[in-house]
Amino acid sequence: MSNITVNKSADPASAPQLSTLRQARLPWWGPAAPLALALIIGCGGGALIGLESKIQWGLISAILFVVFTYLLTLKVEGRRQAKNQLATSLVWVCFLLAVIPLASLVYETVDRGSTVLDGYFLGHSMDGTQRMLAGGGVYHALIGTLEQVAIATLIAVPIGLLTAIYLVEYGRGKLAKTVTFFVDVMTGIPSIVAGLFILSLWIIMLDFSYSGFAGAMALAILMMPVVVRSTEEMLKLVPNELREASLALGVPKWRTIIKVVLPTAIGGITTGVMLAVARIAGESAPIVLLVFGNPAINNNPFEDAQSSLPYYIYEQWQNGNEPSYDRAWAAALVLIAFVMILNLVARGIARWKAPKTGR
Amino acid sequence: MDIKPTSPTSPPPQDQPPLAVDKAGSTGTAARPGDRIFLAFSRGSGIALLVVMAAIAIFLTVRATRALTKNEGSFLTTFEWAANGAHPNFGIAVLLYGTVVSAVIAMVIAVPVAIGIALFISHYAPRPLASTIGYLIDLLAAVPSIVYGLWGALFLVPHLEGLYKWFDDYLGWTGIFEYNDGTPRSLFTIGILLAIMILPTVTSVSREVFLQVPKMHEEAALALGATRWEVIRMSVLPFGRSGIISASMLGLGRALGETMAVATVLSTSFDIQPSLLDSGGGTIAQNIASGFKEATDVEGSVGRDALIASGLVLFVLTLIVNGAARMIIARRKEYSGANA
Amino acid sequence: MKLQRKNRLRAIAAGALAVSGALVLTACGSDDNSKESNGGGDSTKAAGPIKCEGKGDLLASGSSAQQNAMDLWVKNYSDECDGTKVNYKATGSGAGIQEFLQGKTAFAGSDSALKPEEVAASKKICKGGQGINLPMVGGPIAVGFNVSGVDKLTLDAETLSKIFDSKIKKWDDEAIKKLNPDANLPDLKIQAFHRSDDSGTTDNFTKYLKAASPAAWPHEPGKAWEGEGGQSADGSSGVSAQVKQVNGAISYFELSYAASSSLKTVALDTGADAPVEATVDNASKAIAEAKVVGEGKDLALKLAYDTKAPGAYPITLVTYEIACDKGNKADTAEATKSFLAYTASEGGQTSLKELGYAPLPAAIATKVRDTVSTLS
Repeated sequence: MSNITVNKSADPASAPQLSTLRQARLPWWGPAAPLALALIIGCGGGALIGLESKIQWGLISAILFVVFTYLLTLKVEGRRQAKNQLATSLVWVCFLLAVIPLASLVYETVDRGSTVLDGYFLGHSMDGTQRMLAGGGVYHALIGTLEQVAIATLIAVPIGLLTAIYLVEYGRGKLAKTVTFFVDVMTGIPSIVAGLFILSLWIIMLDFSYSGFAGAMALAILMMPVVVRSTEEMLKLVPNELREASLALGVPKWRTIIKVVLPTAIGGITTGVMLAVARIAGESAPIVLLVFGNPAINNNPFEDAQSSLPYYIYEQWQNGNEPSYDRAWAAALVLIAFVMILNLVARGIARWKAPKTGR
Repeated sequence: MDIKPTSPTSPPPQDQPPLAVDKAGSTGTAARPGDRIFLAFSRGSGIALLVVMAAIAIFLTVRATRALTKNEGSFLTTFEWAANGAHPNFGIAVLLYGTVVSAVIAMVIAVPVAIGIALFISHYAPRPLASTIGYLIDLLAAVPSIVYGLWGALFLVPHLEGLYKWFDDYLGWTGIFEYNDGTPRSLFTIGILLAIMILPTVTSVSREVFLQVPKMHEEAALALGATRWEVIRMSVLPFGRSGIISASMLGLGRALGETMAVATVLSTSFDIQPSLLDSGGGTIAQNIASGFKEATDVEGSVGRDALIASGLVLFVLTLIVNGAARMIIARRKEYSGANA
Repeated sequence: MKLQRKNRLRAIAAGALAVSGALVLTACGSDDNSKESNGGGDSTKAAGPIKCEGKGDLLASGSSAQQNAMDLWVKNYSDECDGTKVNYKATGSGAGIQEFLQGKTAFAGSDSALKPEEVAASKKICKGGQGINLPMVGGPIAVGFNVSGVDKLTLDAETLSKIFDSKIKKWDDEAIKKLNPDANLPDLKIQAFHRSDDSGTTDNFTKYLKAASPAAWPHEPGKAWEGEGGQSADGSSGVSAQVKQVNGAISYFELSYAASSSLKTVALDTGADAPVEATVDNASKAIAEAKVVGEGKDLALKLAYDTKAPGAYPITLVTYEIACDKGNKADTAEATKSFLAYTASEGGQTSLKELGYAPLPAAIATKVRDTVSTLS
């Protein structure tokens, strides 16, 4: 909705203004001309001077584009509009600059990953294969990741959510301050340290065997601060009017939180949780320490060694030969697809649960 | 038409008085049983989290102390990491420098760009495009760091050589942008790679925050004839400031603790290079990963404990940065959102 | 309210779907890779009979230098012996020893023999015994290079030391020219890559440099790199990838990495009558010069890095399996013994050659077999 409103006001054609009040406007090709000019100078100049890196061409073009549009608008429309134009072109440039490396990353992964990705690869483990040769699959790692991430999420999300609710809705005093303090410290914990902690506590002191569950606990530790931090931020954004309206109707506070506050913030909370899941789904260090790694299938996360996708990718990269690289990229593709599907599902649920009004 | 936009600090976006939303537990009024149970649960979670975190902190401190008491060098100034064996001699200086520098570079590049993209998604892009892009960005946050490492080593690094030579030509006189023919696998490269890595995280959270800006504020500004940029500067950014800072802190956390991507790309050495573009240096997390394989803590050896001590430094660093960020947010709390 | 109930139903349905989907998924994978993979599998089939004794899951971890050998052994062994699964994780020797000493694994693989304090610590795990080193597989560490226009390169220990210590900085340096009068050496900067992670390969490589040219290599050999300058990369895969990518690069890694990335390797001028290529056979000749220095059942070797024997390639690495001489973990002791007996056997050793490993010389192999047969 908002964008339409915003667009209308910014779009000269649709603004029904009196001609006497209308400012001078750039024609529709306003941004296009400087863009073309910037590209020509950037790339042409780059090619002529013989700059090796295409990155330079892009950077030069981007800077020129921003400067040209600014100057052009300044000349035609005045200072405020020029500033607006400057912001617009900067935002566009930011977007394009960021999209290029990210797109290249995705392209590379899909391109290299799709060479060995097929039903056999998805349905088989690495048991009994040799790492220098082609063959084998990713199934055991996929199962491991699924189970470990699910367990970690089951541990971390409820604790994280409730903690965030406590901090935002109830938190006053020393306890809240201390919790905030420790959550902050934890956001920077290297995954290997979390792994070592669980290793000393669970496997060495309490003498349990290596298992997917041990890994999941370390992952949960990594996940909690991210969940708390992002949920906290989203809960803070829920307008107080909503809470007050609900409380004024005599709804108990806990129902207000569950029925009003959480649904309002559910979109943001989901994003936060998915970011956290994405982070832990890519961790290999705790897996090496706690889950041990296993080329064969083990469906039981509570007993014996398992594998996981990030560990699998790391393993294959360490092998350093072409068939292994192929497997590594294919597994990366599987991992990304896995998180993507999860993301889709979570967003679907969020959309369905969120209040229908508003955006 | 020439309305001077007021400074972003003067209009509190959420201008209702911080009405006493009953903080159960702090007031004496008897809460309902449901309330009490819910409060118990959420407080219990907080405490559980606290216990885990405190346990980790104690664990780290104990092990780190073991290593530090045996260290024969100075932990703060020794430019070496030889923690295994009978005469451990290790220092954090190089790693701390590398960690801070690469994270700062990453933040300087990533945060403005991420805010730009978040604004693009929330306020500039055409509607259908915006949600697709938003989704894709979220997806990129899911790319495991080892993949960023592979991509960095095989794709990014070869493309940076020309750029660095260019920097050397024009900015070499500054000293920090000097590039002596090595391979472009320096702290600056790591900064760029980390920036690309944390971009999706920062963007996602910022975007969510920008989307929460009350409609009325924006429309009010528009009605006064503000341009789109003025709307953003006057209502969106002040409202989202706390969120942007939190998002950046999440990104920073990932940048500081990143292991595999740094280990695959960086060419390490135990000295501080004056130029950002020359390969060398190291980061705390990378050093943990590189040293861990052969580090033991058998019978008096403190290899692992020394690595844990470096992890503790990372903790303290994160703490300082987060504390500073909290202070900035707290100072502007009255504008930061609904729940003042 | 009605709407809500419907929502709840849908949520339950979605949940049930997810759970049952996951259950179905856990049933559809397969560990059987016999059909499609490993086209050359038949030729590497175990040459000798495998005696299967004991059952159970063997966990082992350690040196990544022997991972390819382990892959093959594990495959051959588990083809024959149904009740036993061997899971070898290549995490690095130090981590392997650590996990063994924590009593979590059946045996460890290591690039270097146990240190005295580690032997002392092993007495806690080995009831009534101690950890011993069993040399199991050797291999050459190749020095790979990438210089455009140069196909063959001969270096000696002194030049190699100076290159990796940044004393020689250009490929057309006099010292290199003298050793390679026919090569067309360019005026190009040498990019010497070393490992950024601690590793047994670095340990053996620097031990060689120290032993063969003590004057030119002033640093103490060790798992962490001590040399001056140069570039670094993570893991053998990392350094070999860099050598492939960068013109003017030189680095050291196990022979199999050179083969799989098709990199050219340096021939060593050891002082013998002709330069020695990095090959499996040449490495075997050097390992044959090694002496057993371990006491009792311990078979730790002292490699002859400074050997001048004709055709012996001196930069070699021998990896050990580390197990208890007495008091191995009760539930896996039999299986461990049986597996190690296979790996030390004639069949186990000769199957390694095509993977870039050097089988143990007969004299040492016999000792290893004798020792393995007394494990308990």
